Amino acid sequence: MSRKLFSDALEQRLDEVLFASPSHRSAKKLADGLEQLDRAQQERVLHWVGVAAQSYAEIGYLVASLAPKALERLDAAGFEAWVLAGLDAYDRHGGQAAMALLRDLDGFCAGRDHADATARLDESEARLGRFLQGLSGRPLALSAGAFAHTDSETVFLPAQLAALPSAADNRRLYKAMAALLWAQTRYGTFGSTAVDIGAALSRWEDRERALRWFAALEAIRLEAVIGAELPGLSAEIAALRGPWPEALREAVGRLGRHDAAVSHSLTFLAECMAGEQEPPQLPHAGAIDLDAVLSVRAARIARDSETVRRALSTLKGFGGRQPSGEQTLAVNTEGGKVEFTLDGEVAALPPEAQAAAQSLLQDLGELPPECLVPAGPGAWQPTHREGSEGSVADALTRHREPHRRYDEWDYRRRAYRRGWCHLFEVNLAPGDADYVAKVSLRNTALINQIRRRFEMLRGEDRLLGRQPEGEEVDIDALVDAAGDRASGAEPSARLFCRRIRNERSLAAMFMVDMSGSTKGWVNDAERESLVMLCEAVEALGDRYAIYGFSGWTRTRCDIYPVKRFDEPYDAAVRARIAAIEAKDYTRMGVAIRHLTHLLEAQPARHKLLVTLSDGRPDDFGDEYRGHYGIEDTRRALQEAHERGVRSYCVTIDRHGADYLPRLYGPARYTVLDDVKKLPLKVADIYRRLTT
Amino acid sequence: MSDTRHATAPKLQLTGKEPYYQPIRDEVALFESAHRRRLPVLLKGPTGCGKTRFVEYMAWRLKRPLVTVACHDDLTTADLVGRYLIIGNETVWVDGPLTAAVRAGAICYLDEIVEARKDTTVVIHPLADARRILAVDKRGELVAAPDDFMLVVSYNPGYQSVLKEIKPSTRQRFVALDFDYPKASVEAGIVATEGQVDAETARRLVKLGELTRNLKGAGLDEGASTRLLVHAAHLIADGVEPATACTAAVARALTDDPDMTGTLDDLVRAVF
Repeated sequence: MSRKLFSDALEQRLDEVLFASPSHRSAKKLADGLEQLDRAQQERVLHWVGVAAQSYAEIGYLVASLAPKALERLDAAGFEAWVLAGLDAYDRHGGQAAMALLRDLDGFCAGRDHADATARLDESEARLGRFLQGLSGRPLALSAGAFAHTDSETVFLPAQLAALPSAADNRRLYKAMAALLWAQTRYGTFGSTAVDIGAALSRWEDRERALRWFAALEAIRLEAVIGAELPGLSAEIAALRGPWPEALREAVGRLGRHDAAVSHSLTFLAECMAGEQEPPQLPHAGAIDLDAVLSVRAARIARDSETVRRALSTLKGFGGRQPSGEQTLAVNTEGGKVEFTLDGEVAALPPEAQAAAQSLLQDLGELPPECLVPAGPGAWQPTHREGSEGSVADALTRHREPHRRYDEWDYRRRAYRRGWCHLFEVNLAPGDADYVAKVSLRNTALINQIRRRFEMLRGEDRLLGRQPEGEEVDIDALVDAAGDRASGAEPSARLFCRRIRNERSLAAMFMVDMSGSTKGWVNDAERESLVMLCEAVEALGDRYAIYGFSGWTRTRCDIYPVKRFDEPYDAAVRARIAAIEAKDYTRMGVAIRHLTHLLEAQPARHKLLVTLSDGRPDDFGDEYRGHYGIEDTRRALQEAHERGVRSYCVTIDRHGADYLPRLYGPARYTVLDDVKKLPLKVADIYRRLTT
Repeated sequence: MSDTRHATAPKLQLTGKEPYYQPIRDEVALFESAHRRRLPVLLKGPTGCGKTRFVEYMAWRLKRPLVTVACHDDLTTADLVGRYLIIGNETVWVDGPLTAAVRAGAICYLDEIVEARKDTTVVIHPLADARRILAVDKRGELVAAPDDFMLVVSYNPGYQSVLKEIKPSTRQRFVALDFDYPKASVEAGIVATEGQVDAETARRLVKLGELTRNLKGAGLDEGASTRLLVHAAHLIADGVEPATACTAAVARALTDDPDMTGTLDDLVRAVF
C-alpha cells in the first residue's frame, strides 16, 4: 500500500464523503484523529464513513470520530461488522439507536469476544416462533424486548443471549424461556374466572417484589405442569437451569407437582412475602409484567366473548333466527376442547368463533354464562374484520400499515437492509370503459392475426400411434404386425394409440412501469401493448396476471393489480388497463420481489416475469437512482431466478443496452427503438419466450 | 375386428379378516344406509385419517369385494372402463377395474378422485345417479349395476391446487361423509391398537400429532396424520428409540425444509 495520508488530504477526502453533513462541523478534527492510522486502515475508514454517510451523515461523522479507537480494538472484519451493526440499528430503530450502538464500543467488543457463544434472537426467531405456534393453539407472536416477558399475545425475548458458555446452549435457553412464557399464558398464571391475579397481587405494598417472587414461583410450578404433557421439554428446561437455588427448595417441594395451580403459587407467595428475602435470580425464567398482561387480556376476553355471542345468535333455533323455545345450549369443555351442543346435537360454529371460544376457555378456565347469551338477531359477522377495499377515498385515507415489507440489497454494505421497503397493493380506479374496445377496433387486423397465430400454438391433444400401451388399438400397427408375422419376421409389440395431453403449464406475470417518465406516448404504448398481450395470451389459454408498479421512496412502494391470476379478462380488467397512468418513480427491486412472491404461489411448471419499462430503476430523493438501484434490481432478479422465475424485460430506453445485460443477462431483454412498435412487437416477443 | 372374446379382470375376492377400524361418529350407519339405498358416497378428509381403512372395513362388513383405484392425473377412461388387448391376431376385451366392480356388484373405491383428469371422472356420472349404468363405449355395451354395487370416492379438500377442485356436477351425486383426525383419546386408542404400543406412548404420539397440526398453514401443508403416528408407533414397538422413531416417521416425513425440520425436532424432543 502506498504511504499514509496526512491530515490535509484526509480532510479533503472526508469533506467529499461527508459533504451532506448538516452539522457544519469541520472535518479537521476527524482528519487529525485518522492521521495516525496506516494507509490501509485510512482507506477502510474513508470507505465506511462514505457508506454510513449515505444513510445518515451523522452516523458517518460518528464512525469517523470513533474509528481510531475502534481500530485499536477491532480487526478489519470487526470494524466492518461494527459499522454494519450501527447501520442496521439505524434502519430498524433510527438515528438515536444507531448512535448509541456505535458509541457503546465496549459493549460491541464484548459481544464480539463472545460472538461464538452468543445466540441472537433474529437467528432463532423463525424456529422459535414456529415452536410456539406448535405448542399453543392460540397464536403467540414473538418479538425482541428489553427483558423476557409476555403480554399474553406476544412473547418478548432479549435480542441476544450470552448467559451460557456456548451458542447452542444459549439457543436452548431461548427455547426454555419462550416455553415458560407460553406456559404462563396456557396454564393460568394470569388468572381465571375463579382467580383474580390483579387483586391477589395488589395486596402487597411492595408490588414489584411480589411480582418477582411470583415469577420465580410460577417458573417452578409451570415446569412441573409442562412435564405432564411435554416431559421432554421440562427435562430440557431442568437441565438448563441446573439445581434449584437453596432459597427455593421448599417452594419446589410444594409447587413442583403436575397438578399445581396458580392458587397454590399465590398461597405460597404469601409466605415468601412475609419474610424479608429477595427471590433468587433465575436466568431461564422471564419476568411478569402484570399491567401489560391484564389490559391485553381484558381486551381479548371482551373481543372473544363478543365473537362467540354473535356466532351463537346465528345458530338455528337458538337466539336470533327463530323464537327461542325450549332449546337448551350445553357446553362441553372436556379434554380442553370446546364443543357446543344444542338439544343434544353438536352445533358447529364458524372457525373464528370456535377459536374465540377456545381462547376464552384458556383465559378463564370456563366459558362464562354471559358469553353464552346470543348477541341478538343478525347475520354472522366476525368482529374486527378489515374494512372493504376499493374506492378512491380508500387510496387516500388507507391504512398506512404496509401489506408486506421487503428487504433491499445495499451493494455498498454488501448486505440487505431488512424490511426496508414498505409495499402497498393499491386498487386502480376503473378508467374509460370503452378504451379497450376502441384500441381493438383500431387494430382489428393485427388482433386477428395475433389470435390466429396463437391459437395454433395452443396446447392440443395428440394421438400417438405405435405405443406399447394405450387406450385404443392402432390398426396400422396391427396390420403391419400381422404382415410381419406372416412373413416370419418378429412383429412389433407397439400396437396401441395413446392420447397425449399437451398442457402448457405456464404462468406469466406482466409488470408494467407506471413511473412518471412514462407519461404520454409511452403510457399509451404500454396500454395498447397490454391489449395485444391479453388477446394473445387469452388465445393461448396461459395463466397470466398484470400488475403496475410505481412509488415514492421506500416507504411507499405501490403495486397496482390490473389483472390478478384468478381474474378473467373481463370488463373490470379492461377498465383497469385503461386506468394505467404515469404516477411517480421506479423502485424496481421491491416490485420484482413482490411479484415473484405472487408468481411463486402459482401451480404452473414454468413461471415468467415480463417487465415493460421505459428506463432504468429510479426513485425520489435517496440513492436508488444509479448504481444502487441497478444492483438492488439485479439482486432481486437473482432471487427470482433462484425461486424458479424466469425474467425478461422489454424496454424502450435506448440506453438500455448499457445496464440491461447486467440486470437480465445478455439474451433476456429487448430494446425497442420506437415506442410505437411496442404494441406490434410485444405479442411476438411473448410467443418467442414461451414456445 | 373379428369376433372379440371376453376376458374379465381377475376374479374379485372378499376381504378375509376384519380390518381394524374405530368408528368415530355415525359413519358406519350412514354408509350402510347409503348402500341399502344404492347411493354413492364421497369421503372427505385430510390424508391418513382413515378413509381407506373405513372403506375396507365397510367392504368386510357388507361382505362385498372391494376394488380400489388410486387416481392420478394420467388416468384415462380406458384405465377405468377397460380396453382391447391383442392376443395373436385377435383383439381381446379386458374389463377395467370399474367395469369389473360393476359386473361383480363390488364396492369400487376411487381414491383421490380430483387427481384424475376431468374427462375421466365424467364416466362415473351415469353410475352415480338413479340410472346406475356404466357405458362401455368401445363394446357398445351398457352395463347395469346390480343392487350390491356401490361407488365410493374420496378427496382431500385441504391441499389440492385450485385447478383440481371437484366439479359440482360430480360432487352433487354423492352422499358426503366428513372425516377428520379423531379426538385425542380416541386417536390414542387407535395408535395403541394399530401400532402395538402402550397407552402412554400412544398418548405422547398423539400429543406430538396435535402439536404438528397447530403448524398447519405456518410452514406445513398438513400436520401429522394418524397414519404417520401409527408408523412411528410401529418403529417404537420394534425397539427404536422414541425420539428417533418420531424424527424418522413424523418430522422427516412431513417436510424437507431444514428450518421446519428443526422446529419439528424441537417438538419431538418436547414430547419425548
